[in-house]
Amino acid sequence: MKTKGLAAPYLVWMAIFTLVPLGIVLFYALTDSVSGSFTLANLARIGSYMPIFLKSVWLAILSSAICLVIGYPVAYYIASCSPMKQRFLYMLLMLPMCMSFLLRTLAWVALLEDTGIINSVITSMGLRPLPLIRNGGAVVLGMVYNYLPYMIMPLYTVLMKLDNRLVEAAEDLGCTPGQTFLRVTLPLSTPGIISGITMVFVPAVSTFYISQKMGSSGTTLIGDVIESQFKAAYNPNLGAALSLALMVLVFACTAVMNRFGDGEEVVVL
Amino acid sequence: MAKELIRLVGCTMEFDGETILNSIDLSINDKEFLTLLGPSGCGKTTTLRIIGGFLKPTSGDVFFDGKRINDIPPYERQVNTVFQRYALFPHLDVYENIAFGLRTQKLPEREIDERVTEMLEVVSLKGFEDRKVTALSGGQQQRVAIARALVNRPKVLLLDEPLGALDMRLRKDMQQELKRIQQQMEITFIYVTHDQEEALAMSDTVVVMNEGIIQQIGTPEDIYNEPRNAFVADFIGESNILDGIMREDYVVETFGRRFTCLDKGFGKDEAVDVVVRPEDIDIVPVSEGMLTGTVTSITFKGMQYDVIVDFKGFKWLIQTTDSPSVGERIGIKIDPDGFHIMPKSKYSGLYGDYSSFSEEYEELSDADFVPGEEDGEEEWHED
Amino acid sequence: MKTFNKVFTVLVFIFLYVPMLVLTVASFNKGMDVAVWKGFTFDQYAALFQDGVLLPLLLNSLIVAVVSSLVATVLGTMAALGIHSMSGRMRRLTMAITNIPMTNPEIVTGVSLALLFAFAGQMMKLKSVLGFTTLLIAHITFNLPYVILSVMPKLGQMDPDLRDAAMDLGCTPMQAFFQVIIHEILPGIVSGALMAFTMSLDDFVISYFVYGPGFVTLPVEIYNYTKKPLHPKIYALFTLLFLVILVVMVGMNLMQGREDERRRRARGVFGKGEAA
Repeated sequence: MKTKGLAAPYLVWMAIFTLVPLGIVLFYALTDSVSGSFTLANLARIGSYMPIFLKSVWLAILSSAICLVIGYPVAYYIASCSPMKQRFLYMLLMLPMCMSFLLRTLAWVALLEDTGIINSVITSMGLRPLPLIRNGGAVVLGMVYNYLPYMIMPLYTVLMKLDNRLVEAAEDLGCTPGQTFLRVTLPLSTPGIISGITMVFVPAVSTFYISQKMGSSGTTLIGDVIESQFKAAYNPNLGAALSLALMVLVFACTAVMNRFGDGEEVVVL
Repeated sequence: MAKELIRLVGCTMEFDGETILNSIDLSINDKEFLTLLGPSGCGKTTTLRIIGGFLKPTSGDVFFDGKRINDIPPYERQVNTVFQRYALFPHLDVYENIAFGLRTQKLPEREIDERVTEMLEVVSLKGFEDRKVTALSGGQQQRVAIARALVNRPKVLLLDEPLGALDMRLRKDMQQELKRIQQQMEITFIYVTHDQEEALAMSDTVVVMNEGIIQQIGTPEDIYNEPRNAFVADFIGESNILDGIMREDYVVETFGRRFTCLDKGFGKDEAVDVVVRPEDIDIVPVSEGMLTGTVTSITFKGMQYDVIVDFKGFKWLIQTTDSPSVGERIGIKIDPDGFHIMPKSKYSGLYGDYSSFSEEYEELSDADFVPGEEDGEEEWHED
Repeated sequence: MKTFNKVFTVLVFIFLYVPMLVLTVASFNKGMDVAVWKGFTFDQYAALFQDGVLLPLLLNSLIVAVVSSLVATVLGTMAALGIHSMSGRMRRLTMAITNIPMTNPEIVTGVSLALLFAFAGQMMKLKSVLGFTTLLIAHITFNLPYVILSVMPKLGQMDPDLRDAAMDLGCTPMQAFFQVIIHEILPGIVSGALMAFTMSLDDFVISYFVYGPGFVTLPVEIYNYTKKPLHPKIYALFTLLFLVILVVMVGMNLMQGREDERRRRARGVFGKGEAA
């Protein structure tokens, strides 16, 4: 029918501004920055950034795991509230996400700095200041803080829709609350877990702002390297190659995650 | 009879290489109540949607009043539809739902008001004008859907399983109501259902469909008394369908015995299907029986008993007011008009034997349970 | 267990709101340093309205957010209608394309668009094409999937016969959309548009790669600011925005609450009607 045609402008738009740009990334990754001729040198240099890739992936996995552990009880609690309270809590969850994440991250810097709020309290009690910032832990904290709502939202969506009769059925069949959770609730919330992990992992692995503000030179992430290729060092060809590698990495991780979910539909939003 | 209004010629419909309708020819007369009857997936809804203009046949033509209308979109056709789940507009109240088509035609406000008020009376919904449609009961929603279609004064009203979502009682009432409305408005109704009782009770003409093919077209009496093949015999009412041989005109042989019947015109010794309706069989003492068998189960049905009797391994369903006991040997008697002879078809042997069913169910439950009961409570989902 | 979850949830919400509190308090601080309280003042708010830098940047952000979310809403709703009527391979392919900007890291989207614009600039022999237009294009691109993904479920929930019913009653496909379908999917369109708007308003990563010096948005400026010491008037702006968003969200929450209540009551009536 003609209705299908309504998607045509959108498809044209996406072709020009999503597919073609990815093609151009590939093109830049395969050309020399000076002569503009074909080269594999940019791709070859990715290898020397392997430690940074691994660091990024490690910190992103760590933050995703922490977000899951923290987020699940919260999502579970929200889903168990009355509809009015659910709406209210959900709003409270959304609200920080609408505010500038740059400034919120800076607020953490102000809290954690050597001369920051927490350390002023500590020193005023006559204790030595703690090294709270410029380390991997601080970067993970920044990631968890920024992306935790992305974990809670899909978990909440799945848990809210979970049919309570299934829980009752499990109890009827002799499961203790713990067994019910492990054998019914948890497996049924897998799509939410997968979607939550994806939604935390992807921005975390590619961030550059959090690591710049809360990390040190030891916690340079792949996002920082890419950013500097475009904004400081200006080697877009190497930047393109690294972006390509990052994209492949993320798509591979997402594919693996989706495999875990038995190809179940991943809940977005 | 009245003049022809709609004609389908060789209509075929394919979806993704699957044939839903296989070269249908159908003629529908003005002011006729015609029912498309068949199991889910038989193509009845597809046929209706082709007439409504929501589907274009892959091949074949549709004529309305002699004009080919294949390419006329639904909004330019003089037909209106009552949809399966009513499809009332949730954002409009009862009045505005009914007025919708008239507003689209940009009729003057006074005429709209007159016609809507008139329609509300026809469907007995006076006083419900300002109600939200979501706040109505199923039966009331049904009436709004009918009013919304009829207010446009279509030449043809299409109804797609309109009573499917209602409970038994309401459904019986609405059958009467629909028949009354059809006669009052004097227009053609094309009605889709899987419920054979409904079809028999309401229609002038019944079109039995299966697997995208029209199996039989006729009056309800024709369809019931003279089914053309085993599918129709089984789908409409209950039937024992037996293998038989037509020895000569008016003589059929089955179960090794010759019976007198009223059918003729078959070839000598032609293999045929013999239909015997359960209510046409009388239980008699063994000595007087044309055939003798053993009662294997009895189910009380209120008006009658459903008795399953084993004749040499082939189980018959007999409906009777007598109540023999299980294990008893009985004789049966069938009058000549109790036999109906059909030529063999691809459906021969598939229907009309109650043995497999009853055994299966006896294993499942201790109670005597006779399956194959069409009580109309079953849910069918077309397409 | 329930008590534990409750206490835990409260703690997590405190964790989420601590930075907001820090920034709000900082906006009333006389001193420049967030960590040192020098006394209460409204001076930062006065400075915000006098300085004439931050507010025009906020206006820029608002312009981009409004225009891009409107364009994305129209294009995206059309696309959702189109995709809804597709089936099989065609539909899967389109949804896969829709998912690219959703799954791709923002930095990759930003980089790829930056390279596209650089490439286009070279083609057109321009020194730089970066500016309002490129920013707008980028925002529309990442907003589109949000609109589509919030309209599609509404189309899925809609009774598929409604469109046919409207056309049966004389509506052209266009009339059917504006008189019937739009009422059914409006919540999806509105939430898609709002999501696009907030995404766009707060976007930094993608904007950072495609903005030009001639047209800067607030988040980009805040990033550039943070390389120098921040002026506390920015905390004042943050606090004001927080209040505005809080009011908008509470308002929407109440409206949603009333809507739910109305629907619940309608269902109650329906239930009774069935029983009678």
